[in-house]
Amino acid sequence: MRDAEAFRLRWLGRKQGRLKLISEAWLKSGPTDARKPLGIRFNQLKQQIEEVLTSVSLRIQKVLEGEERVDITLPGGVRAPGIPHPLLKTMNEIVAVFHHLGYSTALGPQVESDFYNFEALNFPPNHPARDTQDTLVLADQQAKPSRDRLLMRTHTSPVQIRSMIACAPPIRIVVPGKVHRNDAADATHSPVFHQVEGLCVDTNITFSDLKGTLDHAMKALFGSSVKTRFFPSFFPFTEPSADVQISCIFCSGAGCRKCKQSGWIELLGCGMVDPTVFASVTEARRKLNPADDAYNPAKITGFAFGMGVERIAMVQHGISDIGHFYSGDMRFLEQFA
Amino acid sequence: MNILTKWLRSFVPDIPVDDRQLAEDLTLRGIAVEGIHDLGPGNGHLFEMDITTNRVDAMNHYGVAREAATIYNLPLVPLDTALPAASPASQPFSVQIAPEAQNLCGRFTAQVLRNITIAPSTGQVAEFFALLGLKPISNAVDATNFVLQGMGHPNHAYDLDKLDGGIIVRLARKGERVKLLDGSERTLEPDDLVVADHSRAQGLAGVMGGWDSMITAETKNILVEAAWFDPASVRRSARRHGLHTDASHRFERGADLNACATANALVAKLILQSGGAPEGKLIDVVIPSVAARTANRPPIALSMAQVQRHLGATLDDQPNHSALTANLVRQYLTALGCTLSESPTNNLQPATFSVQLPSWRLDLEREIDLVEEVARVYGYNRFANTLPTALPVTAHPLAAAESAVRTRLLALGYSEAISSSFASEADGATYLGVNQQAAHGLVALENPLSDEARLLRPSLAPGMLTMLAHNLNRDVREVRLFEQGYLFNGSAEQVVELPSLALGLTGDMPPMPLHSAKDAAVFELKGVIESLLSLFAVSPEALSTSAASALTFVSDAPAWLEPGRSSTALLNGAPIACFGELAASQRETRKLRQPVFLAVLDLDAVYRLPLRRATARELSRFQAVERDFSFTFADAVPWRTIADAVHALDLPELTRLVPVEIFRDTKAGSASAGKYALLLRCVFQSNQRTLREDELSEWSARLIATLTALGGAIRT
Repeated sequence: MRDAEAFRLRWLGRKQGRLKLISEAWLKSGPTDARKPLGIRFNQLKQQIEEVLTSVSLRIQKVLEGEERVDITLPGGVRAPGIPHPLLKTMNEIVAVFHHLGYSTALGPQVESDFYNFEALNFPPNHPARDTQDTLVLADQQAKPSRDRLLMRTHTSPVQIRSMIACAPPIRIVVPGKVHRNDAADATHSPVFHQVEGLCVDTNITFSDLKGTLDHAMKALFGSSVKTRFFPSFFPFTEPSADVQISCIFCSGAGCRKCKQSGWIELLGCGMVDPTVFASVTEARRKLNPADDAYNPAKITGFAFGMGVERIAMVQHGISDIGHFYSGDMRFLEQFA
Repeated sequence: MNILTKWLRSFVPDIPVDDRQLAEDLTLRGIAVEGIHDLGPGNGHLFEMDITTNRVDAMNHYGVAREAATIYNLPLVPLDTALPAASPASQPFSVQIAPEAQNLCGRFTAQVLRNITIAPSTGQVAEFFALLGLKPISNAVDATNFVLQGMGHPNHAYDLDKLDGGIIVRLARKGERVKLLDGSERTLEPDDLVVADHSRAQGLAGVMGGWDSMITAETKNILVEAAWFDPASVRRSARRHGLHTDASHRFERGADLNACATANALVAKLILQSGGAPEGKLIDVVIPSVAARTANRPPIALSMAQVQRHLGATLDDQPNHSALTANLVRQYLTALGCTLSESPTNNLQPATFSVQLPSWRLDLEREIDLVEEVARVYGYNRFANTLPTALPVTAHPLAAAESAVRTRLLALGYSEAISSSFASEADGATYLGVNQQAAHGLVALENPLSDEARLLRPSLAPGMLTMLAHNLNRDVREVRLFEQGYLFNGSAEQVVELPSLALGLTGDMPPMPLHSAKDAAVFELKGVIESLLSLFAVSPEALSTSAASALTFVSDAPAWLEPGRSSTALLNGAPIACFGELAASQRETRKLRQPVFLAVLDLDAVYRLPLRRATARELSRFQAVERDFSFTFADAVPWRTIADAVHALDLPELTRLVPVEIFRDTKAGSASAGKYALLLRCVFQSNQRTLREDELSEWSARLIATLTALGGAIRT
């Protein structure tokens, strides 16, 4: 409002306005025959400017009086978007990290045979290692040979076997998927959960390659300042086997409630592919081609890793109850909008 | 399992670090210490261990001590097994392993102790039991447990006077009964291995001893047993009888055949501390064929070349020289109990060892197992971080379609959800799929988590309903959810997993120009289905033609949807989705407090379609002309009939035909009963020219004539 008045005074002021000065300096000194038409046009211009100024001043006046003013402190209004599931978002992020490292997505069925889920992965029938993975078994399987019995896969690792039977090395796959175990549900356990598995098979793949790959992946997922730590562990299908911890992303290793004061959070299991697994794969491949030697453990090595997506998403978002992931509760999901 | 550092340090006296560092060092080598508890001055700490199933040898103090000795390169104190002088036996105690049991019981040692005194434990046993929080029973019983905790081999003490004749290890007879130490009576099967006397079974071998021959306050003479039982046999019996004992846990994972005599002597020595004497020598029956495949396995070769090939670079490597030397490998494996001899090679080749394996490490079988031991003791974190070469990434065939569907649903305001993979039998029979087949191909579980989860879900609808109910029960009344997942169909022989989509919708909807607030949700679901199908092409031959153009909607729908307020969508005549309001009966069963709307879409059929590849049309430079028509139609004339009739006119310049608004309000006079008023908008446009008034009039006239022929009356 003040600016408009200042503008009016500056250009249209009766005494010192610029238009007045222009007309005095130039119009009056111009050639006589040109003075009249120029004068008319000059006055038209002046009139237009005055009209615009008046209308602007009026609008500003209205706004100031509140007639056209919005209460900008009211909540913003927008059509609510759909919310990506936090678990699947985390799973997609993990998969993307491995895509960038040259891993292609492979998928497999949730109903598996004992052969793919256990036997080919070096869990012999009646072996104590099977106790760690309480299995949901399909009905009416008893009449079949053990390896053909159908069950809900307890891990995404059977996709390793399927992929190797289907393709010769080199292999770089990342396997996201749903798995099931006969576990009672509580705050950290669910009979349904998700894993991301990885497999790399080639000539000259070493344990230090496994370390480097997972260290890189964890930094990509959790930030470049994250450190990794490897512990010996045991999985029937890897040798050597390792559990991997990352430095706590909440306290950077100082110790806090989230990491139970240890400074570290356990995130995944991994190891070098056990030669027994290559032997199972070779046995299956030789049914198609008796001369197959693609997975001769004297020529190739590999590593595999697997992680629970729920656990990672729970760490990332501070989620205390795994059950929220499967509730469809809008109050839970809306936090991730 | 718990470990006392005080006990541990008695086996490796010079450990140069404190208990916390010891815990860290052990954990970093795979002997995981999960918890550390301070036991007070002079008592050291209690470690809560988490030992992996392959390392049964480390599930005791001596085994963990061996790991510590290996880490710090220190000697391990040998176990003292010398017994007091034995009195001669008039007749040696008889121990037999029945011929059919010789594969299952590889060794049986027995020592007779006479004139012993049953008394409370004292000394180290009492002290360590107190620190471990174990309940002392009597010197004889505690001795067996103490040795189990100390060096890990399961053993047993019998009241010798309760045994009839000698010991026979044999398979049970069908229906044979035995009363075990826990007081339970068990009926045995012919593949249960038992330790029996000459009249009856006295215990389930490797699992639990018998009630009849247990040590009591009156016991005077004892038979100490330490034996080796077959892992699979023990596991079978333990599982069959629902018994998981310290003994079965260890035998299942592979015990040390050579440890039997040591364990037996240690138990006997402890019992004899309170008096009594051994009678005769240790009775020791060994089955050579079992010894040959366990304790006395042939040596295996370990090449330094393989160590390098599997493990790669370490942080301490020098150029062309690995920090992981042959000497280091020899040191580690020797400390773990291996005996190494270097095989002759020429100097240019890496060293190769012949490695005799320790009897307590049945998990070591192959060269790769030794490579792991080397890596473990060296320390995983001392290896370098290197990266393998990358390969080109190929996209998964379904990835693009799945992502397109997901992105569209999110954009349409539907949130992503994941529900249970299971369904109840009742839901399986009710929620028939898009094709409304009878309930066949349901897949059941042998060991379901609950009665409500007996089936693998045949439809995503029940799971979606559960999630809608979850929200409504918590006063969340506005819900839009989708789940992209798999449903299961098949038999015990073969199960097919089919991708499917469920949509769930509930909440207040504003009235729309074409439908009432009550019906808005049905039309929203229809719109979502059309929108999803528009992502796909109708066929590989017509990549730019939207599959939505091949959709038709009929009012037949499965019975779980409300008749008249539901529909089946057909793609080229085949059912692809069904949707609508949940049937009132189902809503009542589930006690839902407001109407809910569902859609299920057969993604398997959708994913067979290629993604649509849009071909851009020329945008006209000429002005479009809108003409609105207001008609009254009988309710029996559906929009589809009107649209088809107009399209049949085949007017190339008619670019859009839109029903703008429908009025049914008879009170306001906009339509009479049984009729509705329709405001119809036609948009005409040409790419070549400006349309002339006379041709527009002609087209309008033809339109009016067509609609009048359908029974429509033009409103003025």
